[in-house]
Amino acid sequence: MNAIEVSHLTRAFGDMKAVDDISFTVGEGEIFAFLGPNGAGKSTTIKMLTTLLQPTSGTIRVAGHDPVTDPNSVRRSFGIVFQDPAVDDELTAWENMEFHGVLYGVPKAERRQRIDALLTFVELYDRRDSQVKEFSGGMRRRLEIARGLLHTPKVIFLDEPTLGLDPQTRIHMWSYLQELNRSDRTTVFFSTHYMEEAERVAQRIAIIDHGKIVAMGTVAELRAQTSTDTLEGAFLSLTGGTIREEEGSSTDRMRSMMRARRGR
Amino acid sequence: MWPAIYIMWLRQMKRFSRSRARMVASVAQPLLFLVTFGFGFSAIFRQAGAGNYIDYLAPGIVAMAIVFSSVFSGIEVMWDRQFGFLKETLVAPVSRAALMLGRTLGGATVAMIQGVLVLVVTLIVGFRPASWLAIVPTLLVMTLISVIFTAFGTAMGARLRDMQGFQLIMNFIIMPVFFLSGALFPLQGLPTAMYLIVRIDPLSYGVDALRALLINGGHFGLGIDLAVLVAVAAALLWLGARLFRTIEV
Repeated sequence: MNAIEVSHLTRAFGDMKAVDDISFTVGEGEIFAFLGPNGAGKSTTIKMLTTLLQPTSGTIRVAGHDPVTDPNSVRRSFGIVFQDPAVDDELTAWENMEFHGVLYGVPKAERRQRIDALLTFVELYDRRDSQVKEFSGGMRRRLEIARGLLHTPKVIFLDEPTLGLDPQTRIHMWSYLQELNRSDRTTVFFSTHYMEEAERVAQRIAIIDHGKIVAMGTVAELRAQTSTDTLEGAFLSLTGGTIREEEGSSTDRMRSMMRARRGR
Repeated sequence: MWPAIYIMWLRQMKRFSRSRARMVASVAQPLLFLVTFGFGFSAIFRQAGAGNYIDYLAPGIVAMAIVFSSVFSGIEVMWDRQFGFLKETLVAPVSRAALMLGRTLGGATVAMIQGVLVLVVTLIVGFRPASWLAIVPTLLVMTLISVIFTAFGTAMGARLRDMQGFQLIMNFIIMPVFFLSGALFPLQGLPTAMYLIVRIDPLSYGVDALRALLINGGHFGLGIDLAVLVAVAAALLWLGARLFRTIEV
């Protein structure tokens, strides 16, 4: 069975098609990279796969379930690390984990044991009783990764998970995800702007631009297809060299306002 | 369903218990109203033969504290959207209705705590209820007001995108709802147009029920008050759950 099956998926906002008739499958136990310039439709696709957004047309299966008709089965089957932070600043690291475990119905004994193990893994165990607002960006990310794995999902979605992480944390994170992928056959679906990261860890890659998938295959296949010798070269040859404008959302504006007020 | 409601409730409790500023602010504003209006109009109120204004005003001030605290709690959904946490709850395998309900009960509990604090403050300032036994049904009415306005705030928060929207809600809905509820003045002898507005304001029935219980001074009748409050609470919970179900981020 495939972990993810997408067929003729489209999402329009008004006249603009953010995602335009895309189809792809991700096999169970695969590490799959979803690449594209800003505004290409990556996040919109991930939102539809994770039940946060309704497709305009087309069908989706995640772990065999349809996000439109059976969202709760889909929700139980995946974990996600969002592009923007999604932890509660006022709660402690441990409380954020506990909150997640209760929402996902992880039994208490197993929950407590897994929370300790995961916090230890992301090296936040000593800080488990600190409020998240005291954490740096990298620490928050690590907490979110631990949280996304708490309910032992079959598929894990990572939307630019390594943005703002130092190389140590990045390597550490991927070695754990790859280990999990080997031992539990957890499927990993991620987007990133770091080409060397995709090149290193992804077994297969899809490149999306202007809402359409422009190429799909292994790193070697993509390089061969474009007669380039790096993934970055292939990416640029497929998507062109122009810089994309992406409109700032109200969230971005609010964030920069808050940051200015806090003086950082 | 129940664990989800419980954990959403618990989260609101923890957030509240960690924010001292919120606790102080929630008592300070009603206290300002109570002292300035209460003592300011007390002589004129007595001269008009309407009795003790502090006694008349206190139930209205308790309602005020609850309304503002409730709406703030409900509107927190908007902050959760801005700071990303909303998504974490929306991808969880629990019904949106449970999320909405847990959140609303949490906010309503916070509002209740603040309402009780303000009630205690009114007692310190000199308010004396007609009967101490009335405190128990009073708490029930306070709960209903809390649920109504937290559910309202949550429903609005589910649709609002930014602070401007919040200002609109405060200035064009919550302030009029408060000022036109009879929290500050008696309903006898109002101009007809204004009286009609007062009658469609759900808070009027909350304030009236509090007065009926605390100072034997009801205007509409306690039965009508309670019926309206329960109906409005049910309608807003239903609306909030509906808006939550279709929320997109």
